[in-house]
Amino acid sequence: MYSAVSALNGVSNVGFATVTEMGLCGMITLRGDLADAKLAKVITSATGADVPAQRRVTTSGDHAVAWMSPDELLIMLPHDAADAMVATLTEGLSGQHVLVVNVSDARGVFTLSGDGARDVAAKLAPVDFATDAFDINDIRRSRLAQVPAAFWMSAPDTITIVAFRSVAQYVFDVLSKAVAQGSEVGFH
Amino acid sequence: MSMRLETGGRLINRGTKTRFTFNGTDMHGVEGDTLASALLANDQMLMGRSFKYHRPRGVVASGGEEPNALMGTGKGGAFEPNQRATTTALYNGMMVHSQNHWPSLDHDIGAVNDKLSKFLGAGFYYKTFINPRFAWKHLFEPVIRQSAGLGKAPVERDTDTYEHFYAFCDVLIVGGGIAGLMAALTAGKAGDKVILLEQTAHMGGRAAVDHVVDGAVIDGMEADDWINATVATLNDMPNVTIRTRTQGSGIYDHGYALGYEQCSDHAPEAKGPRHRLWRIRAGRIITATGAIERPIPFAQNDVPGVMLAGAVRDYLVNYGVVVGGRTVVVTNNDDAYRTAIALHNAGQKVPAIVDTRLNPQGDLPNQARALGLTVLAGSGLAGVDGGKRVSAVHVCDQSGTGDVTATIPCDCVAMSGGWSPVVHLWSHCGGKLTWDEDAVMFRPDATRAPTGADGLANVIAVGSANGHLTTADVLHDAAGALGGKAVAGDTVTEEPVDPCWMMPANAPYKLQSKAWLDFQNDVKVSDVRQAAQEGYESVEHTKRYTTLGMATDQGKLSNINGLATLAEKLGKSIPDVGTTTFRPPYTPISMGAIAGEAAGDVFQPLRRTPIHGWHVDNGADFEPVGYWRRPYTFLRAGETTEQAVHREVLNTRTNVGLLDASTLGKIIVKGPDAGKFMDMMYTNMMSTLKIGRCRYGLMCSENGFLSDDGVVARLDDDTWLCHTTSGGADRIHAHMEEWLQTEWWDWKVFTANLTEQYAQIAVVGPKARKVLETLGGMDVSAEALPFMAFAEGKIGEFDARAFRISFSGELSYEIAVPASQGRAFWDALLAAGAEHGMMPYGTEALHIMRAEKGFIMIGDETDGTIIPQDLGLHWAISKKKTDFIGKRAQERSFMANTDRWQLVGFETLDGSVIPDGALVLAAGKNANGQTNTQGRVTSTYHSPTLGRGIAMGLLHNGPDRMGEVVEFGDIDGGVIAARVVDVVQYDKDGEKQNV
Repeated sequence: MYSAVSALNGVSNVGFATVTEMGLCGMITLRGDLADAKLAKVITSATGADVPAQRRVTTSGDHAVAWMSPDELLIMLPHDAADAMVATLTEGLSGQHVLVVNVSDARGVFTLSGDGARDVAAKLAPVDFATDAFDINDIRRSRLAQVPAAFWMSAPDTITIVAFRSVAQYVFDVLSKAVAQGSEVGFH
Repeated sequence: MSMRLETGGRLINRGTKTRFTFNGTDMHGVEGDTLASALLANDQMLMGRSFKYHRPRGVVASGGEEPNALMGTGKGGAFEPNQRATTTALYNGMMVHSQNHWPSLDHDIGAVNDKLSKFLGAGFYYKTFINPRFAWKHLFEPVIRQSAGLGKAPVERDTDTYEHFYAFCDVLIVGGGIAGLMAALTAGKAGDKVILLEQTAHMGGRAAVDHVVDGAVIDGMEADDWINATVATLNDMPNVTIRTRTQGSGIYDHGYALGYEQCSDHAPEAKGPRHRLWRIRAGRIITATGAIERPIPFAQNDVPGVMLAGAVRDYLVNYGVVVGGRTVVVTNNDDAYRTAIALHNAGQKVPAIVDTRLNPQGDLPNQARALGLTVLAGSGLAGVDGGKRVSAVHVCDQSGTGDVTATIPCDCVAMSGGWSPVVHLWSHCGGKLTWDEDAVMFRPDATRAPTGADGLANVIAVGSANGHLTTADVLHDAAGALGGKAVAGDTVTEEPVDPCWMMPANAPYKLQSKAWLDFQNDVKVSDVRQAAQEGYESVEHTKRYTTLGMATDQGKLSNINGLATLAEKLGKSIPDVGTTTFRPPYTPISMGAIAGEAAGDVFQPLRRTPIHGWHVDNGADFEPVGYWRRPYTFLRAGETTEQAVHREVLNTRTNVGLLDASTLGKIIVKGPDAGKFMDMMYTNMMSTLKIGRCRYGLMCSENGFLSDDGVVARLDDDTWLCHTTSGGADRIHAHMEEWLQTEWWDWKVFTANLTEQYAQIAVVGPKARKVLETLGGMDVSAEALPFMAFAEGKIGEFDARAFRISFSGELSYEIAVPASQGRAFWDALLAAGAEHGMMPYGTEALHIMRAEKGFIMIGDETDGTIIPQDLGLHWAISKKKTDFIGKRAQERSFMANTDRWQLVGFETLDGSVIPDGALVLAAGKNANGQTNTQGRVTSTYHSPTLGRGIAMGLLHNGPDRMGEVVEFGDIDGGVIAARVVDVVQYDKDGEKQNV
């Protein structure tokens, strides 16, 4: 039996903050009319989480639903539950104009944790990471150095970063550079 | 001689000595020194040579405006040229070299230019090297380039790291003098989020130095006590951030500003980045950038030892360093008296204060007189004695022509021509200036400020940067700008400055031609006057003609004096002449800071497939495809690249090959209107494609040109999967979204780019089916999975979608599995393929096989000017559809025309390979005397399958010329004869792929 692997197999680097690749994570892209009541009901019953407001994430247990654009959500869940969730949502939304696809393996997921997490992120993304602008369960789609990335304040002092799988090594490398001891900024 | 006194120096710690070398000579400084103060303490007054005449030069200033004292510091990968000694912190073990001289600083052959200066005036290069025309490129330019330049470029890779930092605030304040502090205090108390940047290591600016002399009092405290107390208060405010050693370097649109933090220039052994570039978005920006003192244009004002009066004071008060034991002060204002008084109080001799004004009676002049100092009113300097350092000055009547009335021996001249507000940042983003006749300065015009998105001013200049030169005015201005109330400030009163643009006022040419305006670029009063005489009226043109203000200091000292000189000669007022443009950065910032983290391994993101690691471990010779790295070929021991490629082709044609095709773009298109959308995107009919089947399709731009190609699969009733080229996935996805979001926003279609969700592996060759059958799983027989069909299921234990498509002409399966299974699937295929002679192949083998089959490649056969019809792809252009993107363009007369270069195959008569890019020659010459052409090669390879060169290319009316022999030109001027043949040179009927 083979084993499925994430892009970097859970590698981590400890500096003044800690960067960790999260291994296999489940992700589903759902595109549709986010204002639609039936869609909201199906999502909540399937994930336990409500449809999030703009730039917000809702959570329920090991499921989270992130707002990605006016017509797109990202559902985060355990990797091995993704196919079943796609089937559930597709079934529940049959007859509606939606797109539900498993994108788990298209992504690399990282966490940035520790007191300096906000400063590290602010070295690489043109985003206001101050607490009054970016707090628990806020999400921003931006760039991380030269690649697209989403930043989710998933816990106090923890930012979860979602990037494309093909550039996972690049993301890990720039984050590792940014957490290097001696490069503390002390701004946030 | 210049030296350090026994006492004094507010910024130094005499207890900690610092060793450094200057041009290989050991020297000592102390903690807190700048490079300039340390060199002066070692009696090293000669610090460099000027750019053009190679004149000996010493330090003039004490800050970022310094034009002369530029050094190369560090060594190897830490070497950095053109560092201003005045702003470079000294550190232990520092290696310093002066610049622009040969063989040595003391004996410089280039100084011969100084003797020739009469012939090297304004516009010398333009006038001298214009004829003969050919000589510029081949003779003059190479020689001039050899002799030009200040610092040497580093030769080793930079060993330091750099980074960016994005910050957001309500109020950004640039400058940590009392104006900046007052502004920060006001904004901080109001609850704003404040960032205060100070370019030096110390807060307080000039007030911290000058209160020692003038006894300035702020809020009832000595000025420096107030400064310290205020910094402490600000540090306690959670909404205020102070960054020292961080210059506000530039202001841009929408409240965007750059801060340049020199994190470890003063401590290169420290961990962490050398520089950090702050990219700040601010609601409002306060420029509290202070003022810069102007030099006075008098003859020999560039001899080492002639310095700005404020700088002489700075070295004394801040570092306990004096430039000479006898200092003559020359001034047109009261401020320079502070220098005279400070020197006198430190026990130094001040033989005379030469003042252009007829009767200076301010507090400071009278204080100087009371101390017994001599004030020579209405006087100027007619010249300076000395080569590598000052030995005497010649005093004259300021209103005269320079007749010497007295000669005073001295070893330092402290000059002050008045103060100019630092308006640079204010001006970066469009702030306008107004000329203040009384204060003799350009100051920001608050009615014409840089504006934000709301049309209101978003940059505010305060303090000396706004033209206020007294303590009370500065504080009042800074607090008032933010709607606050200033603390009280009190100091001496000063009398007005007297404009002085030439000393003496009626100096003859001889004096003008030795009176420097721009020290670094060697521009003198006579040069600017000459430019005016030759008809230069615009200050921007004069700048470029004379090079005034074009050096690394960007005219910080020369600007106002230069344009006043121009105005005087043109008979215009100074505001009529105006200033040149102020552009960021304020002073040069490092290339490393601009690059940030983007260096070395992360210079650019590299995209890696799930199988990349295997390629690295197995001899892959990579090539870039977009941001991907794909194996060009897999080298085995002893093979050349060409041998490896040929092995891979032959093995695939006879046994079975394996290709990592994961980089192929994979875009899902879904929705009730998806079929309609697909028919618009592609030239052929995609809406009729049956579920479970594949079709090759073309995409064009609106202008009809072929943009991308690939195989489309119909997944279900309302879902299509579009394969794009490897480099085209993001571009085509954006293209689709653009149409959906801007034109067809009411169509019910969603897209998603699933390129990276899948690893896609092509199993190619006569034994491909056997390999898959070895693995087991889904039925891959010709009956169950015919050519141009796909099926989903298990192959081995993997979740597979297998496409029967072929880019090689062989029996071929392209199999997509989730990326997390990709590497394991690859390994399983290799294991299963071993008994069938399977070998992986790279992109070059792929290219050769597709060329043998006459398949086009986007980017080879297309270049943005090619329509599908040029490539004989009429069969892929639907005639039934009413519209598709590009259709109308292809109906234009010159497109719907066979009189074009069109795709054919070529077969060289001698079997050789046509060079890449070779043109098909035609009779005659064109208007430029070049041989006419009638076509070009687009793909050319040695075919190991056919044992000869094969090629595709575009040829005028090509398809009508089968069998004709044409000639390609090669680079050596020879010709290669080739026969026009069918583009398909191997297995024309496609029997091999359809089995």
